[in-house]
Amino acid sequence: MSTNKEAWGSRIGLILAMSGNAVGLGNFLRFPVQAIQNGGGAFIIPYLVCFLLLGIPLLFVEWAIGRYGGRYGHHTTPFTMERMGQSSLWKYIGVFGIFSNIAIAAYYCYIESWTLSYTMHSAMGSFRGLSQHEVAGFFSNYLDLSTTTTGLPYEAIIFFLLCMALNTWVLSRGLSGGVEKMAKIGMPLLVFFAIFLAIKGITLRAGHENAVNSGWVGLNFLWTPHYDSLLNPKVWLAAAGQIFFTLSLGQGSVQCFASYVKKKDDIALNAMSAGWMNEFVEVVLGASVIIPISIGYLGIDRVIELTGLGGLGLGFRTMPFLFQQWGPALAAMAGIAFFGLLFFAGITSSLAMGTPILSFMMDEFNWSRKNAALIFGGAVTFLGLPTVFFFQQGVLDEYDYWAGTVSLVVFAMLEMIMFSWVFGIKKGWREITTGADIRVPAIYKFIIKWITPFILIIVFFGSLIRPAADEWTKVSLTSWPLHKESIIGQLTHKDIGPNSSWFAREFYAESVCIVDSVYMVNEKPFILVESPDHKTSVTYGLRKGNVPMVKAGDHLQAGDILYTGRIFNRVFYLDLARALLLSFFAFSAFIVFKASRRRKKHARHHVKITTS
Amino acid sequence: MNTSALIFMILAQVTITAIMLYFLIRAMRAKKRPEPDSYTDNDEQDW
Repeated sequence: MSTNKEAWGSRIGLILAMSGNAVGLGNFLRFPVQAIQNGGGAFIIPYLVCFLLLGIPLLFVEWAIGRYGGRYGHHTTPFTMERMGQSSLWKYIGVFGIFSNIAIAAYYCYIESWTLSYTMHSAMGSFRGLSQHEVAGFFSNYLDLSTTTTGLPYEAIIFFLLCMALNTWVLSRGLSGGVEKMAKIGMPLLVFFAIFLAIKGITLRAGHENAVNSGWVGLNFLWTPHYDSLLNPKVWLAAAGQIFFTLSLGQGSVQCFASYVKKKDDIALNAMSAGWMNEFVEVVLGASVIIPISIGYLGIDRVIELTGLGGLGLGFRTMPFLFQQWGPALAAMAGIAFFGLLFFAGITSSLAMGTPILSFMMDEFNWSRKNAALIFGGAVTFLGLPTVFFFQQGVLDEYDYWAGTVSLVVFAMLEMIMFSWVFGIKKGWREITTGADIRVPAIYKFIIKWITPFILIIVFFGSLIRPAADEWTKVSLTSWPLHKESIIGQLTHKDIGPNSSWFAREFYAESVCIVDSVYMVNEKPFILVESPDHKTSVTYGLRKGNVPMVKAGDHLQAGDILYTGRIFNRVFYLDLARALLLSFFAFSAFIVFKASRRRKKHARHHVKITTS
Repeated sequence: MNTSALIFMILAQVTITAIMLYFLIRAMRAKKRPEPDSYTDNDEQDW
């Protein structure tokens, strides 16, 4: 008998929790960057087409899978998929719905902890009087465990543990008492903070408060359509990817939330409400915050340069400095609003990642909610600490690539095939429309059966063999150079360069570069190198005992010796991260196997009792 | 702001806001189902 007696408190609570699951850091930091890099205003065309053909069908399918499973007491994907697919093998595909949530939470909670810390720093005025360079340095120091920004040693670890404790505590309060309550507080506050910042950004005036451009320049830059981009497959793949990740699809959390909806209650209208609310936060609010403000102060060229490094850099290295231009009081308010909204966006998503784990332990092993929350907190902390300790070595990015990107696409593709082709679209359509408070357009029956699986297969194979520089039109069967971020490119460490062994006595320059400076901080040597055009720079922090073999002004080719000593190369940490993730997937599969054995034993016992 | 950018921005943002509000209001105004439904807040209290 399962101990799981959870239920939603109200319909608005369910919709807010589901949209809180979808609304994440990416709505504010990833979407505007993607739009700028993929055709500006014209990006909205492939983006909305993908929302209609990929996002909405997957939302319908995941809500339907969830509610179907809930009817049989399954609140997670392994046993729901086993029942729907009529084969015990499907439960091992369903393992993705357990694995992805913990693996993503492991690095996501770390980023969430930065927002918590930066909210506090904004309130304390830590950024007051710092130059742009110093604000960027503040972030580097925060991530470097050997330095401190508050006087607290190991601040990044302390905030990570604090964030994990908060997540664990909220989860232990239950679905309606914890997750739903947090969504009811967090979502309205998030919208309020975003509206405040959007108004402030749009009303920037050139020449006032040190702004070089008005807020409209940023909006103009973001929304000016470049129609030629619509013919580029890269733009369509980027739009599909953005829709996919912004809605938290292929993760198992939507199915878990929906599994607490009863059979005769609506899922179609709920799915639409939550999905469109996410779109509102992303396209209306997300597009109106960081780009107008950053272009207002830094100009278009600098922002193009910064967006090339991703949204996180722009958010944490630059925004606190820009807020300082508004004076101490408003800067503190803006900092609290910006990092506060990112925190609420983050925690509503990380709680959604925790819910399937709690549900699984309660359903399958009769664990109490508190114990299940503790095991989630413990597992995420264990898996997350390598991202804290080895952030500079790329462990967080590695987790994000395999657990937060590839796993989601693979799982969504397989669950879509299972739903449309194995479970069958006839039964599937009945599941989607039963109890619906809206008429679901019949065309979606066709889209779910044919179009969405096809798009998902294209997205998967597109990621598998993505060509170098995204030049899809220039590849042929005889010449197909792979992008370093393609799945095969990543598997074969295409981005590693000359430092390809785990351990070495010499470290080589990774590309053509000029040595800017060689310096010591606390007896630790550093080498700062720049690209020949001086646009990008990399700082190498050497271990104690390593000896620099270059001096300022040296011109280096890729493969030239930079320093010598006892060296643990980046590839070692990346392989360590992969081994951890792979072991964790195998462990999750083993737990599902044990749960399956337990179910069979209970079923036999039940039959014995009823027949005797 | 140039005209095409303004049109794209207004069209996208107004459309998305309108659709979001339409679905949200419909969800809030939908007829309550007879008990037992999925939500506990509207359950009768045991006194």
